Amino acid sequence: MAVGIKVQNLKAWFGKTQALHGITMDVAPGKATAIIGPSGCGKSTFVRCLNRMHETIPDARAEGNVKIGDTDIYGSGSSAVQVRRRVGMVFQKPNPFPTMTIYDNVAAGLRLNGVSRGRELDAVVERCLTSAALWDEVKDDLKKKSGASLSGGQQQRLCIARALAVEPEVLLMDEPASALDPISTSKIEELIFSLKQNYTVVIVTHNMQQAARVADFTAFFLMGELIEMDKTEKIFTTPSNKKTEDYITGRFG
Amino acid sequence: MNASYIGIRRYLVNHLATALSWLAAALVLVPLLAIFGYLVYRGFGSLDWAFFTQIPKPVGESGGGMANAIVGSAFILLIASCIGVPLGVGSGIYLAEYGRGRFGHLVRFTADVLNGIPSIVMGIAIYALVVIRQKHFSAFAGGLALGIMMVPTIARATEGMLLMVPQALREAALGLGIPKWRTTISIALRTASAGIITGIMLAFARVAGETAPLLFTAFGNSFWNMDPTQPTAALPLQIFVFAISPYEEWHRKAWAGALVLVVLIVAAVTSVRIVASRGVLKGSH
Repeated sequence: MAVGIKVQNLKAWFGKTQALHGITMDVAPGKATAIIGPSGCGKSTFVRCLNRMHETIPDARAEGNVKIGDTDIYGSGSSAVQVRRRVGMVFQKPNPFPTMTIYDNVAAGLRLNGVSRGRELDAVVERCLTSAALWDEVKDDLKKKSGASLSGGQQQRLCIARALAVEPEVLLMDEPASALDPISTSKIEELIFSLKQNYTVVIVTHNMQQAARVADFTAFFLMGELIEMDKTEKIFTTPSNKKTEDYITGRFG
Repeated sequence: MNASYIGIRRYLVNHLATALSWLAAALVLVPLLAIFGYLVYRGFGSLDWAFFTQIPKPVGESGGGMANAIVGSAFILLIASCIGVPLGVGSGIYLAEYGRGRFGHLVRFTADVLNGIPSIVMGIAIYALVVIRQKHFSAFAGGLALGIMMVPTIARATEGMLLMVPQALREAALGLGIPKWRTTISIALRTASAGIITGIMLAFARVAGETAPLLFTAFGNSFWNMDPTQPTAALPLQIFVFAISPYEEWHRKAWAGALVLVVLIVAAVTSVRIVASRGVLKGSH
C-alpha cells in the first residue's frame, strides 16, 4: 500500500520569487516524515509540490522530478487530478465543506469524482471516521449536522477522514494541529501515529516537540533549501549541521 | 476631566448613537409602508374575483379584470429568467473563477455600464434589433429586454458571492482530486448559493415592475395570448394604460393592479427564499 517518494532537484517559484532551490530527498514508505524550519523556509511549498497543489496558486510554478512510487508526477502525461487522488492533503486550518453534512463531507471525494458506490459508501464513511478517531463522537449526527458545526479539533479529524476516503497512498499534513488546542493536538498526533502503519505521512510542523513525538524522520529546511534530513532522534540529539543545531536549540527561527 | 464626567459622556454618546441608528432604520421602513398602505387604500376596494379571472372590459362596461396581464407578466418574466439567470450566473462564474485577465475587466466594465443603461433605452434597442426584424411585437422581445436587464445584477452578485467562498474550501476539494470544474459547481457555487439566489431575486424584482422596456417590445394586449411570438399583456403595461386614461373606473383598476403587482413580487421573492432555505443544514453558517 504505502509508497515512497523520491524528490530530485525540486524548484518552485511564486511569480519571480524562488521558494525552493533544488530540493533532493527521499521519503520512506510507511513512515512519518516531519518537515521543520522557520516561517517562510519553504516547507509548506515543498509539501504542496508533492501533490501538485502548488500550481493552483496564480503565477506559481514548480519544476524538477518527483516520483510517487514509480510515477513521475511532473512528467508529461501525468495529470494533477490523478496525482491528488493518490496523495491526500490535510490543511492547516480545518476546512470541512460547510454546506454538507458530516456524512457528505467524508463521501465528497468519492461522489464528486464520480465513483460513488451506493451502499458501499456507508461502509467507507464509517471506516474512515473510525480511522480518524471521530466515529464515536459523530455517529448519531452523520446526516443531521453540518461539518462546520463540529469543534475545531473534530473538524480537523473530519478533514482527515475525508482525505482517507479517496484511499490515498500518501498523506500530506500542512501544520495540521497548529490551529488546535493541546487536547485536540494530542488526538491528532495519536492519529498520525496509527495512520503511518498504512500510509506514508509527510507532516509540516512548527512544533519541534511534535516532530519528535510523531516522526520517524525529520528534515530541516532553511531559506528554501534542505539543510539536513535524518532519523528524528539523530536530528534532535546529534545533528550533523551547525544550522540545524542552532535552530533546534532555539538560537534562531 | 474626572472619571464620572467621562462616564456620563460615554453613556450619553452611546445612547445617542443607538437612538440615531434606530431612527435611520425606522425611516427606511416609512416609504415602503406608506406606499403599500396607500396602494391598499386606493386599490383594495376594486379587487374582486373577476379581477383575477377576466380580461379588461371595454370603456363604459363595468367589471372585467387583469387576468391576462397577470398571466402575461408571469409568462414574460419566465422568458426573461430563462435568458437572464443562466447568462448572469454563467458570466459571474467566469468573472470569479477565471476572469483575472483583460477580458475579465472588459466583461466587468460592460456589466457595470449595462446596469446603468436606462430601461427605456433597452426597450428601444430591442425594438430596433428584434421587433423591427420580426415585424411585430412579441412576448419574446419583452422577455429578452427584461432578461438582458437582469444579467449585470446577477453576474456581479454571483461574482461577489463566489469570491467570498474561502479559497481553503476550493483547495480542500482540489486536494481530494476533484477536477476544477466540479469544484466550482459542487463546492464554490453550492456554498455561495444563498447569496446568488438573493441576487437573482433582486434582479427579478427589479425587472418585474419595469414598464418602459415593454412598451416597444411586448406592447400589451387586451386579450389572452400565450404565443411568445405575439404581443402580450403585462401588469405594468396594463397599469400604465389604465392610469393615463381619462376614466375613473380604469383609474381604480390601475390602483388595484399596482397593489397586485407589488404583492405578487413580494410573494415570488419570499417563496423562492423559503424554498431555498429549506436545504440549509444546522450550524452551517
